[in-house]
Amino acid sequence: MSDYVTRQIDGGAPRSPPATAARAMPALLHLLHLPMTRFVVRRTAYALLSLFLLSLTIFFFVRVTGDPAMLLVEPGASPDDIAAIHHQFGLDRPLWVQYWLFMSSLFHGDLGQSFYYQTPVMGLYLSRLPNSIELAAAAMLFSLVIGIPAGILAAVNVGRFWDSIGKLFTLLGLSMPSFWVGLLMILLFSVYLGWLPSSGAGTPWHLIMPAFALGWYFAAAHMRLTRSSMLEVLGSEYIKLARIKGLPQTLVIAKHAFKNALIPVLTLAGINLVLMINVAVVVETVFAWPGIGRLLYEGIAFRDFPVVQGVVIMGGAMIVTVNLLIDIVYALIDPRIRLGS
Amino acid sequence: MAGPPLLELDRLSTHYIAAQGARVVRAVDGVSLRVEAGETLGIVGESGSGKSTLALTLLRVLPPAARIVGGRMLLDGEDLVQKTEPEMQDIRGKKIAMILQDPMASLNPLFTIGNQVAEPIRVHEHETRRTAWQRARALLNAVRIPSPEARVKQYPHEMSGGMRQRIVGAIGISCEPRLLIADEPTTSLDLTIQAQYLNLLRELQRQHGLALIFITHNLGIVAKMCDQLAVMYAGRVVESGPVSRIFNAPVHPYTKALLNAIPRMDDPDRRLNAIEGQPPNLAALPPGCSFAPRCALAMPRCREAAPPEFTPEPGRTAHCWLAEPAAAAGRLIVSGAV
Repeated sequence: MSDYVTRQIDGGAPRSPPATAARAMPALLHLLHLPMTRFVVRRTAYALLSLFLLSLTIFFFVRVTGDPAMLLVEPGASPDDIAAIHHQFGLDRPLWVQYWLFMSSLFHGDLGQSFYYQTPVMGLYLSRLPNSIELAAAAMLFSLVIGIPAGILAAVNVGRFWDSIGKLFTLLGLSMPSFWVGLLMILLFSVYLGWLPSSGAGTPWHLIMPAFALGWYFAAAHMRLTRSSMLEVLGSEYIKLARIKGLPQTLVIAKHAFKNALIPVLTLAGINLVLMINVAVVVETVFAWPGIGRLLYEGIAFRDFPVVQGVVIMGGAMIVTVNLLIDIVYALIDPRIRLGS
Repeated sequence: MAGPPLLELDRLSTHYIAAQGARVVRAVDGVSLRVEAGETLGIVGESGSGKSTLALTLLRVLPPAARIVGGRMLLDGEDLVQKTEPEMQDIRGKKIAMILQDPMASLNPLFTIGNQVAEPIRVHEHETRRTAWQRARALLNAVRIPSPEARVKQYPHEMSGGMRQRIVGAIGISCEPRLLIADEPTTSLDLTIQAQYLNLLRELQRQHGLALIFITHNLGIVAKMCDQLAVMYAGRVVESGPVSRIFNAPVHPYTKALLNAIPRMDDPDRRLNAIEGQPPNLAALPPGCSFAPRCALAMPRCREAAPPEFTPEPGRTAHCWLAEPAAAAGRLIVSGAV
């Protein structure tokens, strides 16, 4: 394999002087012994283990929900009919065989056939994903546009009026369930006022309410972090020096404090974007938004095992991958993480 | 010494007010001082004696809990206590500049050195970016940063502590202030770098005719750097006057104890002298003189009434009953009899 690669490279690029190649090989070998490489290998192994445990969990849990055949046949169907459906979906085989088939096709990028739609789950998933990304992006935009300025306002006026308003906003955002916020909004803006469509997708108007219902929680989280991060920065010596230099308050806040305070907030926002794509089940259901959350909901409702497994595994893979990447980036930045543990 | 001084503090008080006024910490309490143009005033005292709060009061950049509760501070005859916030912004960095204690933390990690040195020039003198950066390079040269052309484009983490402190010094003198406050600027530097930095400050002072307020707890630095000295204890200036006079004949027992606590290299067998006890809690000062509980010479009277300002000799002040003219005369008689 490595010979093949070497030949490919040698054939493709102008031949490098042998001395350089001789120096490059030990360097590559050395790389394997570097703490950073060990760190990445170890973290990747943990990530794969998490995904394996997730697959095991979702595979068995989804089978506890009941028999999908009961939802596909008419009431009073004969046991033979039900057995035929079981055979068609492979549900008559032992559990461990079913799990083995599920896992082996998973390694080929195949999530199985949907019981209900009779089409590949991967295709269903990919057709719904853009809608989820659109909703998550809108909710993220909303959460940052509200959360960051509100956090700054609260930090600059700590203990005063705007800080209290901000605390109320975060308290409500973190404690009110998003489906309830969604229902209240539908009641107000669709039923009473008739301003916004209550369900579906297609126009920007459709996006407003679901993005708000999904984004409020995250706006609250972003606001809290912006506030605390801003307070920490405002207490720093370099902010004191910026004031001592005679800079106007607006410049001190907007230039010297804001940029420093933003770093942890953007890190959190990056993680949250992936979460938003994957946890919008309830909001997507309330607003009949055709994303992967709604797909998961339908999968659960119809006991469509491959759909539930597929959506959960894909979501898990997305979250684990992003966390892995963040871990690696932090390790690249901070030697204490790289060398410790 | 004719004419009004550059800076005159008149019974200036700054208190930290917590729990809606239920707890008041008298960090600076009735401080009166004078600084002449081009002169260096050293302020010494233990940690928590109010030195840094005094410095922040002069620039009015106090933390939210602190209030200037009384007194005046006259810069060129204008009372800074009465100034509005925008007026103070024009004074900070322009007429009064300050160097903070910790060079590692006082530069913003996300902006280049050039940006941070040029910033006050752009804000106060409305120079273009080009001119301000040119002056920044000249300032780095003045504080002996090698190859300023390259250094202006670098970030603080690429510099050593000594270099960063010199950059903070460059920021301080960037708009040619009349007064520079240095709050323990050398505490976090090692000894050789300390000496270099102090020489640099002295040179800058001579070149620019700066008045310098030097806050430190190092009496050796005071002896080397300062013309005048103010000794602070529990938020008050207990003794002030010319450095040489105070070092030769301290009046206040606290000053005597401080001078006595300097380690002597010529007598290795001598034990280190320490001042017994702890500084008082500034939220619950003892009645009378705040040093009385630790004072070897305390009299019953010291615990009853705080001593007012006495003038043991022209140009000096002391807050101690021992400096009262009658008591001083009495002591002379007693010592004469012995």
